[in-house]
Amino acid sequence: MSRARADEEEYWHSSKFRAFTFDDEDDELSQLKESKRAVNRLRDIVDDDDDDDDLERVSWSGEPVGSISWSIKETASSSTSSLEGRDSSLQKGSSSYAAFPKPVSSYSLSSLFKGELCLSLSALSDTGAKNYAPELRRPKAEYKDYSSDWSPKDTVRRMQRGKVCSLERFRSLQDKLVLLDEAVAGHDGNVITAVTLIYFTPLYISLFPIEILFRELEVRQVALCHLIHFLKETGEQKLLLDLLRFLDRTEEVALSQYREHLNIQDVEKRREFLKGCIGLPFSAEDTSHVQDHYTLLERQIIIETSDRHLETAGQSEIFRKYPRKASILNMPLVTTLFYSCFYHYTEAEGTFSSPTNLKKTFKIPDKQYVLTALAARAKLRAWDDVDALFTTKNWLGYTKKKAPIGFHRVVEILQKNNAPVQVLQEYVRLVEDVETRLNLATKYKCHDVVIETYRDLKDRIQLTAYKCKVERGSADEEKINSILNNMVRNTY
Amino acid sequence: MAAHLSSGRVNLTALREAGRRELREFLDKCAGSKAIVWDEYLTGPFGLIAQYSLLKEHEVEKMFTLKPGRLPQADVKNIIFFVRPKLELMDIIAENVLREDRGRSPQRDFHILFVPRRSLLCEQWLKEQGVLGSFIHREQYSLDLIPFDGDLLSMESESAFKECYLESDQTSLYHAAKGLMTLQALYGTIPQIFGKGECARHVANMMIRMRREFPGSQNSIFPVFDTLLLLDRNVDLLTPLATQLTYEGLIDEIYGIQNTYVKLPPEKFAPKKQGEGGKDLPTEPKKLQLNSAEELYAEIRDKNFNAVGSVLSKKAKIISAAFEERHHAKTVGEIKQFVSQLPHMQAARSSLANHTSIAELIKDITTSEDFFDNLTVEQEFMSGIDTDKVNNYIEDCIAQKHPLIKILRLVCLQSVCNSGLKQKVLDYYKREILQTYGYEHILTLNNLEKAGLLKPQMGGRNNYPTIRKTLRLWMDDVNEQNPNDISYVYSGYAPLSVRLAQLLARPGWRSIEEVLKMLPGPHFEERQQLPTGLQKKRQHGENRVTLVFFLGGVTYAEIAALRFLSQMEDGGTEYVIATTKLINGTSWIKSLMEKLEPAPF
Repeated sequence: MSRARADEEEYWHSSKFRAFTFDDEDDELSQLKESKRAVNRLRDIVDDDDDDDDLERVSWSGEPVGSISWSIKETASSSTSSLEGRDSSLQKGSSSYAAFPKPVSSYSLSSLFKGELCLSLSALSDTGAKNYAPELRRPKAEYKDYSSDWSPKDTVRRMQRGKVCSLERFRSLQDKLVLLDEAVAGHDGNVITAVTLIYFTPLYISLFPIEILFRELEVRQVALCHLIHFLKETGEQKLLLDLLRFLDRTEEVALSQYREHLNIQDVEKRREFLKGCIGLPFSAEDTSHVQDHYTLLERQIIIETSDRHLETAGQSEIFRKYPRKASILNMPLVTTLFYSCFYHYTEAEGTFSSPTNLKKTFKIPDKQYVLTALAARAKLRAWDDVDALFTTKNWLGYTKKKAPIGFHRVVEILQKNNAPVQVLQEYVRLVEDVETRLNLATKYKCHDVVIETYRDLKDRIQLTAYKCKVERGSADEEKINSILNNMVRNTY
Repeated sequence: MAAHLSSGRVNLTALREAGRRELREFLDKCAGSKAIVWDEYLTGPFGLIAQYSLLKEHEVEKMFTLKPGRLPQADVKNIIFFVRPKLELMDIIAENVLREDRGRSPQRDFHILFVPRRSLLCEQWLKEQGVLGSFIHREQYSLDLIPFDGDLLSMESESAFKECYLESDQTSLYHAAKGLMTLQALYGTIPQIFGKGECARHVANMMIRMRREFPGSQNSIFPVFDTLLLLDRNVDLLTPLATQLTYEGLIDEIYGIQNTYVKLPPEKFAPKKQGEGGKDLPTEPKKLQLNSAEELYAEIRDKNFNAVGSVLSKKAKIISAAFEERHHAKTVGEIKQFVSQLPHMQAARSSLANHTSIAELIKDITTSEDFFDNLTVEQEFMSGIDTDKVNNYIEDCIAQKHPLIKILRLVCLQSVCNSGLKQKVLDYYKREILQTYGYEHILTLNNLEKAGLLKPQMGGRNNYPTIRKTLRLWMDDVNEQNPNDISYVYSGYAPLSVRLAQLLARPGWRSIEEVLKMLPGPHFEERQQLPTGLQKKRQHGENRVTLVFFLGGVTYAEIAALRFLSQMEDGGTEYVIATTKLINGTSWIKSLMEKLEPAPF
């Protein structure tokens, strides 16, 4: 028993887990410690073997044994092994079908209507007609007949319950409208869509100009919404765009068309497609964004071609030293800017790949530019570039340090990139707010800055206290001592 | 198994039983051994209705997940597909059926069970693929409202908000109305219906129509619910955007609760037997069920996280003391009694251990600098500070490429708290987001605009301060330990939706007519006539029961706030909560984002 306790103690207090314990004592949650200790103490009283307790049994993954998702794994595993050899490609991989490419193109509205009025749902009755879905309450009347002579109201009601019924008898446009109104009143989107679609059979499309069909629907907004949703889902782009255009929902037309670019994998084709999108009736701001999107991809294609060449040729040092992890194609603008600051920093503004050119073309704000350039140059440990980024000269030739993002941010970014203390402290020193400066300096062990700040504050106590933080016999310690001595002299 | 469902004011076990009965009836129609092929999304919700044992009793021998290709081997007579009526799933089913080996004997029979509703389009689709005739039974299983807890029902319809507010597809509202009809069939007709919002109006209309059209629904059950309150999510777009600060809310924000289960990093939950050494630390996440069946969880779930630590420590002391009892047990009788209590104490101990670990995990996050900064900005916005200019923190987060959803949550929050952003501010944010995360997010930004979450301010008027003041949405002196107001769930902000429910109960909406007009959609009241015999004669001091139905989703913090109102001594109303989906800001925004193809590498 005592051994078990020792083990438990070790588990809770082993260094591995200590990282998660709370250390500030007066925090309310430090009370958790107490409960944890209590839990430990209890462990050795209670039988170690948990199998016979009356808690719900839970497999390690936490799935209660016997739950449905647990059982799927359990019952499937036996057959998986037998199948593995034969059809492993199907068994492995992601279990969610979302990961499988959706055959968008195979959804075409026309395939729904191979024959005239194909949606006559009586055709569905071949096998399933006699089976009723179990419902809590079931009006008796439903058992009786299968007459096809349903009124529009009854038809809709039956459809709502997933029952079989024929839409063939609603032949005239007028009949169809009555049926549609009933469907709309019933609010079941499934039925509304099905009824709406009987307008778009090949026969109808051949008989009437599509505008007439659209006009019939126009006054039935709900039906229209469902139709639009259906067309979007099935990828029936042409009819969708026709419809939106007819409705004068031009911005939607534009967005819907723009969305298509996501399905184009080939970059050249995607670029061409985006070029075509620029003229679409977007809102004013979106037009400029789409224009930028096109320009960016165009730029990326140029950069990619030339850089891939440079990289394979092996001539350029930067590419040899830091091989590219991925292509720059289809990356966001800021990522592209980072890339350009990393690989093409010194290029003249005239070249497409230079950072300054990107900045100008896309009107990247100063802040954003400085942040990105800083991160890229710091990653390369090009401290001179970093320095230049913040150095401004006034007309008298004096240099001054200025950062549009605040020097505390500069310090953070440099620190993340493992900048040496000498570099770091130069920027810590530039942090204006004294408290922030002290915090950063202490955190990153920039002793010089801490000492100087306390000296300026004439804070003997803190300075004396700080002595224990620096190495014994180091220059820092000497510096502290000499300052303290000076202070004494000045005081007396 | 389902004791927690009967613990509340309304016994929801009856609803679960109805669901189980329906399932059994269907399974028995397909005589002989069976395998179920699951639409993976459905396994979670079904798990709340039935366990594998129930299926097994009805000869279900194998279960698979729906995948393209060939169906796995299984020596069963029936293959049953349990699926949502989605076209892309029909393609997979068709492929499964077509690739079935025709030569095998005996032949397997196919069936399909649509959840929650059969779909003509789906069946037409299957017909086009030439497989519809292969199915012997094609039926529907009306799993509309699933009981999650003694006072909580959800339809778990992920896209309900998007469909209603973005695509004007009201199918989920139809399902909601259907679910409410089922509920009325079991618990009696609800005499009073209140509502606020477009969708609420639709659902009420459908309910009234269905009642009229199906005389069979006139039942003679004494009504359990006094009132139904239908609330559109778009009446209160603000609340889900804020970070929930209750224990359960934070678990959901950080780890995501799915169908009452949460998956947690395993390190904190290492197996208890240490003999095997540290090398096989579990790598699979630890999965825990969270509901009121667990005594401790029921007590702490709705507390502000800052009040959880003290409860856990108190519990620890009690349990320690209980175990100490063994030293005082002298007689055989006393020892026996101690032993008889052991299982219960052991359960309490294990529950305490789990929640201590979870609380530690959460505390690591809530004490981080970034969590604090984020919260500060949220609270500034909600209390009306600096909502009309570009926010530094948001700008910094974009520059550091924090997750896009986080950015969108904050920007939308700012927009909602300012009744829309100034055009210049909106344009600035949009530009920054597109430049940093990619231009294709134009589509997502447009969706958010259409849903009203992100918009330019109209006519330069900001209604939010008036709404905030009238409804007392911001409380400066909030008591997290012993709350006296619902604002404790967000440490200061009182969820608008719940405030509406609270004011409806007392003193009534007439007192806030002006503000109600500022919020979108109509507000209304309907009465459903009951036969005189069923009209309630209230006992003095008896609480009313109100069902609050959130159309478009509800957060755990809102649920906590309603539970808080139920427990108020002089509250006079107890709440049961129903919703289309349990959401948090992240899952909600995600449902509105355009699904982008994965990056090409």
